[in-house]
Amino acid sequence: MIRDALGIGVATGAYALSFGAISTAAGLSLLQTCALSLLMFTGASQFALVGVVGAGGSVWAGAATAALLGSRNALYGMRLASLLDRSRWRRIAAAHFVIDETTAMAIARDSVAESGLAFWATGLAVFTLWNLGTLIGALATHALPDPKVLGFDAAPPAAFLALLAPRLRAREPMAIALGAGVVALVCLPFVPSGVPLLIVAVLVAIFGIARSRR
Amino acid sequence: MWAGVLVACAACYALKLAGLSLPASVLEDARVQRTVPLVPVALLAALIATLTFSTGHHLVVDVRTTALIVAIGMVLLRAPFLVVVASAAATAALLRLI
Repeated sequence: MIRDALGIGVATGAYALSFGAISTAAGLSLLQTCALSLLMFTGASQFALVGVVGAGGSVWAGAATAALLGSRNALYGMRLASLLDRSRWRRIAAAHFVIDETTAMAIARDSVAESGLAFWATGLAVFTLWNLGTLIGALATHALPDPKVLGFDAAPPAAFLALLAPRLRAREPMAIALGAGVVALVCLPFVPSGVPLLIVAVLVAIFGIARSRR
Repeated sequence: MWAGVLVACAACYALKLAGLSLPASVLEDARVQRTVPLVPVALLAALIATLTFSTGHHLVVDVRTTALIVAIGMVLLRAPFLVVVASAAATAALLRLI
């Protein structure tokens, strides 16, 4: 189990390299980039914030998108609640580690004790290597003269695609993804930067609620 | 910039803690079950579309489109995350050089 946790940590550390690089290329300082990995610690939201900022949107539009993407962590938390120690301080510490990787590792176990161990082992491994990867990626990019020449503006969509792909295994999410892309592009010329994403979020929430009534 | 970064961090932490703290009945609500997993799908797709096909408020098709096609190919080949991202960036960089 510890080996699995380390394996996941190394994989996410590698992808933290690209986060550090993209964030720096988007114009965030080294300290801001590292603060995101230390304090936000949820990959898709971090990429979203720096992606929106890098494309010229306001940091608030990026922050709103990051928070909306973070909503799935609330769902993970609810799934993990029965598997983790409910004492107040433990819960406050555990909350920071509630992310895709730790949830996947914890819910795959047979006993509550094993789930708890898998959660903490994965959380600590990913947290350490995620922050290390971010720092290295950011430092390496700081040393470059012009990140845009190296195609850094094409990197965030590829990162989002890699995060999206595993969620597209059925027809409905595929249709939602295509619809969301089209809606965002149709709105884009007419509303402030970042707002197309919020419109998409509202529409998908309405769709989800309407579908669950049937 | 700092204010937005810190507020977003706080919001993301609050969502995680809320998940651990809310009663199980919220999780069992069909609307929550149905809607929450769809949000990242829609937002990630919208991010891909807007970051690839726009500059400011204008829709554009440029080297980023080719980079995205390369990334799609890499994802279909099950390439690791870093390879997907690096090959997209390298495609854009090479096409700009030419």
